[in-house]
Amino acid sequence: MTFDAVESWWWPFLFILIGGWLATDAWRFLGVYLGDRISEDSDLLVLVRALATALVAAVIGNLIVFPSGALADTTLALRVGAAACGFLAYLCLRRKILVGIIAAEVVLLAGMWLSH
Amino acid sequence: MRRLWYLRGVGAAFSIPGLILASAFIGFAGLAKEAGLTLAQTVFMVGMVWALPAKVVLIGAILSGASLPAAAFAVALSSIRLTPMVVALVPELRGPKTPRWVLYFLSHFVAVTSWVLAMERLRGIPRELRTSYYAGLGSTLVLFNMGVAAVVYLVADSLPPAVSAALFLLTPMYFLTSLWGSARERAGHVAMVLGLILGPALHLVVPGFDLLGAGLIGGGVACAFHRLSRRRATA
Repeated sequence: MTFDAVESWWWPFLFILIGGWLATDAWRFLGVYLGDRISEDSDLLVLVRALATALVAAVIGNLIVFPSGALADTTLALRVGAAACGFLAYLCLRRKILVGIIAAEVVLLAGMWLSH
Repeated sequence: MRRLWYLRGVGAAFSIPGLILASAFIGFAGLAKEAGLTLAQTVFMVGMVWALPAKVVLIGAILSGASLPAAAFAVALSSIRLTPMVVALVPELRGPKTPRWVLYFLSHFVAVTSWVLAMERLRGIPRELRTSYYAGLGSTLVLFNMGVAAVVYLVADSLPPAVSAALFLLTPMYFLTSLWGSARERAGHVAMVLGLILGPALHLVVPGFDLLGAGLIGGGVACAFHRLSRRRATA
């Protein structure tokens, strides 16, 4: 039942539909249904948000530590250093997402250029 | 009037947050191609799933050879956050005569960027025209980024390695910063730091269970921290 399990053109689309569309839009539809019946700061929502945040953070960590494509040819220290510099720049310079992204990219490209 | 506000919504998609989102989709298209998806599958995934964290988790599950139930469970866990977002948005969006199906349809466009933009701007729009505005904003973001993903997918192979490496760093950096900024309480920051460390650590020990494990452990510890610090504050 993996993504490559069935040798037909429709299987990957069904995989994306069930594993992706259904698994996301179900929560959106539930949100419409619940409307304003639920309190934004209830304990259950705090737990739900914390679980979701940790899971997405784990994805970010894996993308940096075990990257794919051309990023995999750089050293782990450079990637972690670039991400850390970008994040620090974001925190220090008025929390602008664009600032964080640019700072990380500059460090990454400078590091790749220097190690040539 | 409806068309005017729809078009204003379209215009709102071409803003700084919209631009940053497009840059994250540049990174996503490279990721999807690397994972072995075809062009059609990549564009289909952008349109059907839409929320970027959910797509990155789905690609991660495909890469690690997860079965469909395991992939769906991981994606569902990463998307629970959509429910409170929609719950917060619906009262803002709803007009006095808005049919239910319109709200269900529009909820598909909910993801971090359109949600942040909507919560910020809906207040200044006549109540009965807010759904038109959000339809313009949401549909434009989805369609435009389907196009971005398709174009990047087609040219990804001809890019120099440095550009390609820089593209792969876009997605994690976008999430790293926007996730920190969207955290509602301290527990969110604790959960994020724990997840960043636990994800790669568990990947080495129990690959395949890394995302769920990091989510459950990191989220549980962060929530315990939340209750503990609140008890201390009231004591």
